[in-house]
Amino acid sequence: MGIYKKTLLAPVFQENPIGVQILGICSALAVTTKLETAFVMCVAVIFVTAFSSLTISLVRGQIPGSIRIIVEMTVIASLVIIVDEFLQAFAYEMSKQLSVFVGLIITNCIVLGRAEAVALKKPPGISFVDGIGNGLGYSVMLLAVAFFRELLGSGRLFGYPVLLSQSTGGWYPPNGLFLLAPSGFIIVGLLIWALRTWKPDLQEEEE
Amino acid sequence: MSDESMKKTVIVAAAVCIVCSLLVSTAEVNLREFRFKNKKLDRIRNILKAAELPSGRDEAFRVYDERVRPVLVDLRSGKPVPRSDFNDVLNIDSFDIRRIADDSKYGRSIPEGRDISGLSRVPGYMPIYFILEGEEVRSIVFPVYGRGLWSTMYGFIALDRDVKTIRGFTIYDHGETPGLGGEVDNPRWKRSWKGKQAFDEAGNLRISVVKGAVDASRPDAPYHIEGLSGATLTTQGLNGMVRFWLGENGYSTLIQGLREDVHGYL
Repeated sequence: MGIYKKTLLAPVFQENPIGVQILGICSALAVTTKLETAFVMCVAVIFVTAFSSLTISLVRGQIPGSIRIIVEMTVIASLVIIVDEFLQAFAYEMSKQLSVFVGLIITNCIVLGRAEAVALKKPPGISFVDGIGNGLGYSVMLLAVAFFRELLGSGRLFGYPVLLSQSTGGWYPPNGLFLLAPSGFIIVGLLIWALRTWKPDLQEEEE
Repeated sequence: MSDESMKKTVIVAAAVCIVCSLLVSTAEVNLREFRFKNKKLDRIRNILKAAELPSGRDEAFRVYDERVRPVLVDLRSGKPVPRSDFNDVLNIDSFDIRRIADDSKYGRSIPEGRDISGLSRVPGYMPIYFILEGEEVRSIVFPVYGRGLWSTMYGFIALDRDVKTIRGFTIYDHGETPGLGGEVDNPRWKRSWKGKQAFDEAGNLRISVVKGAVDASRPDAPYHIEGLSGATLTTQGLNGMVRFWLGENGYSTLIQGLREDVHGYL
């Protein structure tokens, strides 16, 4: 496998930021009640991780160690503000639903994690691809969680009724638990279990 | 990693700040117009929805211009504020509820023990919207807001020209639990407000949002709205919000005035 392809695909399952590194959990709980919001959040995170890694990698030779975290945060924060402004300008309804969580991408550990672990050390091309890959890994988990939460919690997928809920005259009694944050934890936990069963090399040695 | 000299550190820090602030402010300035337009469109569409007028994205501005007449009202006196008294803060075109509420001159504190909406400070002035049918007033849309479980909920309530019967209700901004309190967005639930009586024949405030189903056979059924199931605190918030705004610390003086002479406000 080419180095780029490997960098792109490894974080999707093998080194999944949520499933394996357990990063970015907060937003995985917050924006996953609906697939639609989760999807927009994923696009935003992919954009921010990719371009923050690219930018930081481009100037990595110039950043003094003593202020490197501040410089990284400034770059990340600027990108997040720009994404937020674009959403407010062109997808207003969506930005209203995502509310503070777009802004909170700034504190998403995945973004800063990639900047620290990869962008400071590797050339721009590979950092950029690594950013996209990790964004994709985050997205896979987020969409999986949102799929179950929206389907079981409100009987819909992407807003379209799939299981007709009782409140609209159908048969399905929506399970309110899936609309609350704890269900996100439970689903993330189950997904991690599934991932580790599928890829046994992720399991740690027993002590 | 490069060298650590003080000079270099300061230069890099300054350069990063300048470049980033340029990018952010460019985006902000260039997109500002879109954002203002979106905010305005969103507000207008919600006024139209409360008033049961067509509120499609393309037609909203046109319908609003044709059918809606906004009037800024002094809530203490219940009288309209003439355009000549508008200034930078008090202005119907740029009316911002939160800003006016916090303003020392135009906002006011809710008396102790009367704060059923959980807001503590509210504007002393509010824009209301007359919906016209030809020259006649068909209904009047009032902004309402109050605390829910997690968030402050902002909405509109439309009253018929008799200023008793509810024509529509909508919430345009909230952060309640999706699927539970968030069902304030549910069109079916919003429709349940239509035709309810906010006041009885004697003009007493009767409307309330109650927990559980409304028994249609009871004499007070026209005054009761079925709350949201699984969202007790949001339901209580909605109840407090509607009763506050239609009550003595909200629009009651204005509503008196409207009952006497609706057209005097136009």
